[in-house]
Order: sequence, then C-alpha cells, then structure tokens
Amino acid sequence: MARDPEALTRIGVRTRRRKAASGAAISLGVIALALVIVPSVWIIAQVASKALPHMSWSVITTPGVGLGGGLENEIVGTLLITFGVALLAGFIGVMSGIYLSQFAHGRAASVLRGASEVLAGIPSIVVGYVGYVSLVVAFHWGFSLGAGLITLSVMVVPYIAKTTEVSLRQVPTSYVEGAEALGLNPGQILRTISLRTALPGIVTGLIVALAISVGETAPLLYTAGYSQSLPHVALTHSPLGYLTYAVWTFYNEPSAKAVQLSFDAAFLLIVLVLALITASRIIVARASRHREVA
Amino acid sequence: MKGKAALASDLARRTEEPQAPRVFRPTTKSPLGPVKIASTVSAVAPLLALLAILGILVHQALPAIKYNGLGFFVHNVWHPGNFYLQPVTTNGVLHPAQAEYGAWAIIAGTVLSSLIALVIALPASLGAALVISKLLGPRVRNALGVFLELLAGIPSVVFGLWGTLTIGPLLSRDIYPIVAKHMPDVIVLRWFRGSTGAGEGLLTSGIILAAMIIPIIASTSRDLFAQVPTLTEEGAEALGMTRMEVTTKVTVPWVSAGIIGATVLGLARALGETMAVAMVSGSVLGTLPTNIYSTFNTIAATIVTTLDSALIDGTGLAVRTLAEAALALMLVTLLANVGARLLVRKVSTTALPVGRGV
Repeated sequence: MARDPEALTRIGVRTRRRKAASGAAISLGVIALALVIVPSVWIIAQVASKALPHMSWSVITTPGVGLGGGLENEIVGTLLITFGVALLAGFIGVMSGIYLSQFAHGRAASVLRGASEVLAGIPSIVVGYVGYVSLVVAFHWGFSLGAGLITLSVMVVPYIAKTTEVSLRQVPTSYVEGAEALGLNPGQILRTISLRTALPGIVTGLIVALAISVGETAPLLYTAGYSQSLPHVALTHSPLGYLTYAVWTFYNEPSAKAVQLSFDAAFLLIVLVLALITASRIIVARASRHREVA
Repeated sequence: MKGKAALASDLARRTEEPQAPRVFRPTTKSPLGPVKIASTVSAVAPLLALLAILGILVHQALPAIKYNGLGFFVHNVWHPGNFYLQPVTTNGVLHPAQAEYGAWAIIAGTVLSSLIALVIALPASLGAALVISKLLGPRVRNALGVFLELLAGIPSVVFGLWGTLTIGPLLSRDIYPIVAKHMPDVIVLRWFRGSTGAGEGLLTSGIILAAMIIPIIASTSRDLFAQVPTLTEEGAEALGMTRMEVTTKVTVPWVSAGIIGATVLGLARALGETMAVAMVSGSVLGTLPTNIYSTFNTIAATIVTTLDSALIDGTGLAVRTLAEAALALMLVTLLANVGARLLVRKVSTTALPVGRGV
C-alpha cells in the first residue's frame, strides 16, 4: 500500500460505488413492493367508490329484472352454492386429509397426494368444461345447483385435504402418546386429541376454500347456468344465479344500471371474500395465542 | 390383562423401531372402522376425479383430433363451417361443411400473455419479498403477509372488471401512445410501436395477469427467503458485502431452485387463467397479434367465450374442438405444475401452495 498511494482512494471510490448500488437496489425493492400493493388497494378502492354511493337495501333484497333490479337471486345463489361446497367438499376434503395424515403410508399415499395436487393445478375452465359435458349433458341434469357445486368441489377438495393433512401432522406426538398411555383407543384419540388440536387449522383451510369458491366463475358458467328468479332448492334441472356471473355479464351491457349492478356485485364479492379470509386469520391468531399459554 | 410375555414382545416391537412413522394399527374391533373406510374413499376421490377429467376430455376430443389433425397446433384459422349445408363425413367424423380449426393464434396468445405477466411479476414479487423478509420489522412483515393473502383472494372477475373499465382505458389513453411514439424501431422494442388500440389486448392482459400471480410468487419466495440461515447472511455482511451483494450472492442463490419452482407455478396459473383475460383480451379469433397492444385470445378465454355458440353446431365438432384445445392447455399446465413441485420438493422443505395459493 505504501508503494501505491492511490490504492486507498481507489478502494474508497469502489466502496462508495458499491454502497450506492446497494442503495439503488433497495429503492428498487421498495418500488417493487409498491407495485405489489398499489394495484390491489386501487382495485378495492375503485370498486367501493363505484358501488357504495348507490348501494341500498333494494340491491340486496330484490331479485334481478332484465338489466335492472337487484342482486338478491345472485346473493342467495352464491350462498347456496357455497353452503353446498362446504358440505360436500368439506366432508370429502377433511376425510381425505385424515386418511393422508393418519392411515396412509408408502407408495399409495404419495400417489394419492400427488393426484390431489395435480387436480388442483387443472385450469378452472377445463374443470367447468368437463362438468358441462358430463353432468349437465350426459347425466341430463341440466344447468343446476348439483352440477355447479360438484364441479366447484372438485376444485377445492385438494386444498381442504392439504390443509387438513398438514394440521393433523402438526399435532405433537407427545399428545397422542399421552392419550395412548392413558388407554384411549385410536378412535377416541383421533376424535378427542388429534382432531381437537388440529381444529383451528382445519377450519381455517375450510374457510379459505370457501373464499376461493365464492370468487370462482369459470367452473360455474356452464354448470350452474344462470337464472334471474330466486333459486329453488333443487339439485338438478334448475339453473341459478351467483354474484360472479353478475360481474361477468352486466359490465358489458349498454345500460348504466347494469354496469352499476356489476360493480355492486364486485363489491359484495370483495366484502364476502375478505370477511372469510379475515375470519380465518383471526382463528389462526387465537389458536396460536392459546398454544403459547398452554 | 396381557401376559408378561406379550408385554415383553410388545416392548421389543416398540424398541425395535423407535423412529418408525406413527401409524395407527387398529385391531379388528377398533371403533375406527367407519372413519377409516370413509376417509379411504374420500382420499381416492381426487384421483378418480382426475382420471375422470382426463378420460372425458380425451373421449370428447378424439373426433376433433381425428378431423383437425396435427395441423390444429400450427395453423391459424377458426371457421366453424357452414351450418346451412348438409354435414359431411371426413375421416369417419361428421362435421359441418367447410369447418376448419387451427389453434395457433390462441396458443401463441396464451404463451405470450403469460410470458408478459411473468416478466412483470417476477422482479416485482422478488423485490417485494426481499424487502418484506429482510428489511421490515416483524409487525409490518406480518401485516404485509396478511395483505398478500387477501390480495390472492380477490376474485378474477373483479380483476377483469378493473382491467376492462379502469386500467385498460387509462393505459391506452395516457401511457401507451407515449410509449409507442418514443420506442425505437429496433428488434423486440419494435413490438411496442404502432396502433395502441382501446386498452383491450396483450399488454393490458399481461399486466392484469401479473397482478394476479404476484401473490403466489411473492408469498412463496418470502417463505423461502425466511429459510436462509441468518448466520450465513451475517457472515457475508461481516466480510464487507453490501446489502445488495448479500442478497444477490447469498440469499437468492441459496433458494434459487425454490424460486424457479414458484415462478413456474405462477406461470401455470397465468396460462390457465380464464375470466380476467376473457374480459381484457378483446376476444378475437383467428388473428395473430401484430404488436404488444393488439387484441388477441387465449385457449382458456376462447373456451369460456365460445362454448355457448359452439353448441349451435349440430354435429358437435365445435364443442369437441374446444375439448381438444382444453386437453392441450391442461397438459401444458400440468407439466409446469408437476415440474415445479418436483423441483421444489427436491431442494427445499417449503412445499408449493396447493390450489389458488391463498
């Protein structure tokens, strides 16, 4: 260094340059974060600002008439479909998760797990197409609640199965062994120890799955069909409306009232989905606090 | 009461395999019977559904595959034929006269819009995930984690509504013309020149798709970055690396395979996304995009927008052709999905999210 007096300055310049590059990279990261946050806040704010000023009870309490009226038929339809999915996909998904976490081993388990993950990766419109040609056409069910909720269930069962399996796997082995030592039989252990401990996780997965099914459109268009009258409680031969259909159809109509309904439906969808996801977060937070105390 | 010998053998069995995975071994009288049967049936259901979907699609698509031939994937034409003429039989398939299908435009549209989405979403998600996991405090970090989950929950029709009525018109009025005017006439950038349209097209769809896949890539990479050992990063910093150098030379390479997996998963979602693209693509059939603002169509959007009109075709060829397109789309997305999962499973303990990745 003594032989090259300029070396120190050169190192200084390089360090300064490296630090500047680092600072620039960090600002780029912050810009990226803004890019992630801004669109979604924008979407929610815009839908709310278009929907809220005109929102009234009549939107929720009257069914659609032509391009006007309200959204009661769509709201009831969405709730009906979601309830059906909760029963059907909830049962199959939770049961499947129990099997994968408690009984499955070896090759069969990995095949079933893989099939479930692959099923979740199929594009929703492909599932909808198959639901249409099989349930609606080949089974002669027509556009109906049954066809819609089976198609939708196929899409969310893998998610429920996965969250149930993961929650059950996280039950501490010591709990199960303790119960075993106390002489409980496997059925009692599963019911009173494993399922009870895993319940917050299972319920969270179920709620998020319902949030997903509330927001789906493509699987329902050609299975549930559409109807402006209030849905009948019939599994077949009775098409019904749902909120995503209103968004998808009305925005493009040459009538201000129809576009308004489209935004109203979008707003209700966002509220429903965010409420469900927030509920799931609260359950997770409560469960983890409980665990810390215990 | 168990005999002493039985107890001893029980003990021996237990001590023999102390690390064996916990599985129940119910006796024949176990009250677990019905649960086990129901859960076994349920666990097989997804496999059966998968096989049924594949089987039905192949069965539906077979006549279309026979009629359209391999040219379906390289030609660009979409003529359902003349429904007023007598249907004709070719290769044993009954079809409307002059029917001709080639999916090249919608295949190209699917790939191009997803690639545009990836080019936007990848840097944004990685940057955001790095800032969230390495620069912010735990409270903000958790809040943003919840925010990403909420973002993933916004329905795709709502993204489409925003795209077609707000961001599309805005971009085509204020941004696209300026970009198109100043873009130099050189390779690749040439695509940004020319007519900018009304806001429905390739670039707008890519932007909307990017907004939709960012939560998947961002939240998965955030989990991955959290796995990088702090000691390794601190060691790098102690050697005099700047924040950026630690990130590019230690953090990102440590989990690079996982990031590739998350990216491919995001790509698979973009390829299969239907509603939002159907609302902002401009829905044209049989024409290739001429620049990045052109209206276009994807396989998924074509299925959802033309299935009802395809039902008019009395011979069923139009519906079966859509099955052929669906089959192609499904195989590509499944390949991407399975590849991503295998890659991530091999190198990391973080599993990729199942389903929509909320």
